[in-house]
Amino acid sequence: MDTFQQTIFKLKQFWAKHGCVIQEPYDVEVGAGTMCPETFLRVLGPKPYSVAYVQPSRRPADGRYGENPNRLYKHSQLQVILKPAPANVMDLYLESLAAVGINLDQHDLKFEEDNWESPTLGAWGIGWQVMLDGIEVTQFTYFQQCGGVDLDLVPAELTYGLERLIAFLQDRKSVYDIEWVEGRTYGDVRMLEEQQFSVYNFEKADVKMLWTLLDLHEAEAQRLIDEFKGLGEGQAHDQRRFPLLAAYDHVLNCSHTFNLLDARGAISVTERVGVIGRVRKLAVGVATAWMEQQALLNASQEAVA
Amino acid sequence: MSTSLPFLFELGVEEIPHWMIEPALADLDRLFQQFLSQHSFPSSAVRYDGTPRRLVLRTELPERQEDRAEVVMGPPKSAGPGAAQGFAKRNNVAVDALAVETTPKGEYFALHRTVIGRDTRELLAEALPAIIAKLPWPKAMYWTGKGQVTFIRPIRWIVALLGNQVVEFGIADVKSGALSRGHRRLGSDGIAFDHATYEERLEKNGVILSKDKRRKRIQDGIKKLLKGTGLTLVADDALLTDLVYLTEFPTPILGEFRKQFLELPSEVLSTVMRHHQRYFTLNDAQGNMAPRFIAVMNMKADGKGFVKKGNERVLEARFNDARFFWEQDRQKTLEDRVPDLASVTFQAKLGSYLAKTTRVEKRACEIGTVLGIDAAFAVRAARLAKTDLTTEMVKELTELQGVMGGLYARKQGEPVEVWEAIYEQYQPVSMEAPIPASKSGQILSLADKLDTLESCFSIGMTPTGSKDPFALRRAAQGVVKILVEGRLRFALKDLSPDLHEFLLDRARYYLKDIRGFAYDEVSAVLAAQSSDLVDVEARLIALKQVRQTENFEALAASFKRIRNILKQAGEYRDSVEESLLEDGPERDLHNAMSGVLARVAGFLKSDDYIQALTVISTLRPAVDAFFDRVLVNAQDPAVRANRLALLGRLNAQVSSIAELSEIVTSSTSE
Repeated sequence: MDTFQQTIFKLKQFWAKHGCVIQEPYDVEVGAGTMCPETFLRVLGPKPYSVAYVQPSRRPADGRYGENPNRLYKHSQLQVILKPAPANVMDLYLESLAAVGINLDQHDLKFEEDNWESPTLGAWGIGWQVMLDGIEVTQFTYFQQCGGVDLDLVPAELTYGLERLIAFLQDRKSVYDIEWVEGRTYGDVRMLEEQQFSVYNFEKADVKMLWTLLDLHEAEAQRLIDEFKGLGEGQAHDQRRFPLLAAYDHVLNCSHTFNLLDARGAISVTERVGVIGRVRKLAVGVATAWMEQQALLNASQEAVA
Repeated sequence: MSTSLPFLFELGVEEIPHWMIEPALADLDRLFQQFLSQHSFPSSAVRYDGTPRRLVLRTELPERQEDRAEVVMGPPKSAGPGAAQGFAKRNNVAVDALAVETTPKGEYFALHRTVIGRDTRELLAEALPAIIAKLPWPKAMYWTGKGQVTFIRPIRWIVALLGNQVVEFGIADVKSGALSRGHRRLGSDGIAFDHATYEERLEKNGVILSKDKRRKRIQDGIKKLLKGTGLTLVADDALLTDLVYLTEFPTPILGEFRKQFLELPSEVLSTVMRHHQRYFTLNDAQGNMAPRFIAVMNMKADGKGFVKKGNERVLEARFNDARFFWEQDRQKTLEDRVPDLASVTFQAKLGSYLAKTTRVEKRACEIGTVLGIDAAFAVRAARLAKTDLTTEMVKELTELQGVMGGLYARKQGEPVEVWEAIYEQYQPVSMEAPIPASKSGQILSLADKLDTLESCFSIGMTPTGSKDPFALRRAAQGVVKILVEGRLRFALKDLSPDLHEFLLDRARYYLKDIRGFAYDEVSAVLAAQSSDLVDVEARLIALKQVRQTENFEALAASFKRIRNILKQAGEYRDSVEESLLEDGPERDLHNAMSGVLARVAGFLKSDDYIQALTVISTLRPAVDAFFDRVLVNAQDPAVRANRLALLGRLNAQVSSIAELSEIVTSSTSE
């Protein structure tokens, strides 16, 4: 039986073999691997890109103080982006399951309709949840739109829920009993984090401060977007080196702050719709600017060539 | 006649959502029939099959179209030889090949020619890409790039064989061919076959093509599993159909869970198993839920028992969650959850569920007053009704909203009238499903639905065409069904005119399509401005019954005549001057009417519409005689006015029960 980390190594190796850049997790809090720039920004535009990375995904409202065997404040997703999706993408996916030791002839596999949509990112796609013996092990999505922009090349996004998948492989009833490495369980490594962040997210986070943070991050992202928009003819140099990636980090901070406020029960009806709209506006703003910047960068690369 | 060839078209697609497959096959049929008629092919039987990965069409087609004669009309003969020459040249024939046709407009040059039928394979190759592209889907995607072909999921292979030859075409980077593919695990790619062995070859490769065969395999498999166990299947046809279209090679297996989970409400267990895991539930010999379930795999066998074990484990995890929620949710009473509803959105413009709760409480109270019932229990239920939206259980198992609230309320010691009302608040869930059994449940359900309808109408959110995002039609149908079947005498006309009209429209649908009353009967009764729907139903039952009697339809025909006469006359008096009545049929009708109408008034006091209409039918001979021998448009204006008044009075009395002139009779339909 493979340990938690061995299974992750194998998945990374598998996708490296199939041409993926193996990235490290992004170091700003995100609710899902999709939000990382390696997905959100890379899927935009006409350039092919394939990447895989493990992304710790934080969902403050899902925390259970480490007391629920299947629910976590922070779970790990293995995120794979294949842009464009090759025609045999399904077969590749099945091979990846075989690569971590699942003999598919002895299991039951179903692809059940599950379309994905993120209102805060202005993104949606079409796909399935992959059910292995009745357990959802992967979310499979063909992206159609991101940041309100129709995608030129359709990427396949594979998101493996690692705790769930590996609990299945190791036959554990609680994710905390997963063997992370020989002699150490998932609980040994992560329990304190689940407990303490549940306490913080549900009980201690300072609501007033969170609202201030949200405003600050929003203002900074918006300032950068506006500044980029203000650039024009004759400023191609400034446009090409403009820090849109930094602007996007502030968008991610807004999104995470929103999730914290939500977990604190601090967001009322009217505010909720409003805040989602605010974050969406920023995400769309960065995506649109990014497309523009990429077009400039591609043009100058072609000119050099 | 050219030789007939078997034609097979298989569209290989990544897993199509199960509920879209049958509609897609119906659309494919519509488009293929259009193709056949467009090219004058004889109609022949077409067979359609679908699995998650393929849509299949099979039929026989002639090798080529029949040749057919065609006449091309040219210029008029009067235009002269020059025009004829031009026409001949345009059609690549010599001028002496032209004929002259005589038409109603005069003589014209014309060309008779034979159009050679085209190769069917060619026609198919042209038509199939368009047919594929035209298949409509609820939500399509593109995958070969922006602006390219869209379909429900990526198309991965196409088989198109007419006889032994491939119908060659391409779409979305896929070229048609002769090879099919099997089941993802049980078969191989590149399966060669001929028309006769297609199904057999597929089956060897793990694909049971026929939906009926898949259904039967599931049913037989379940019977075998349950034999001798004393367990019975809780039938669920919708689930069975889902599974038929989620699999290419379905095989049921029997799993179990720990008995101690049976302490959880069976509603919770059943929702988790049926809706979330797609398992069938089982009962023991006493009819209680058994700690067993049936899952259906998309595989032939579970040799090592891994599938059973995996499904059992995920079910246990889900039940553990449910148990956690069941314990956790009860730490906070429903009453204490009421303020939390402030942060649950009902609708962006309409505010929170707390605001809705306040409105529904008030509404339930008002309905109680109107109906003359003490609505205290319904009002209490209304206060707690939506609080289960804040529980973890309902956040996880949204289908259980209402039901969970009822179960929690029972645990917290609310009176039976209160918790039952909460439990039943979303009933009826469909036009075929029952309405809430308890009076307080009926009042709550009504108050809730009327509030939703009224609120949405107030911000202009009314359903248009197929768009009805708040399911207002269903809510209105629920209102109608509860009022009629709950026998609640509630005056719809006290509602806003828009809503009144909307509810009447739904009432028409309910009475006709669900209850089976004839169209004209419903129109007749609704035109009579009844006060409430219970009364409408009573009148309809009476009308339907009395309509069968011999005098009725003839009388109804006379009423149509009466109404036309009155309409033409415009204004008329309402009192009859007895001294102006002519002896004979006119006075006879007046006398008969006076007697009948007095008796009718008596029957109406007790809402006895059957007796009232029966007595009215006895007027037929008098009415007939009147029309046979009396001229309404008498020369003397006073007499005429008096006759109009007589008919007017008769009409007014009778049409207050049902507008008989709406009844379609053999004589009115002439």
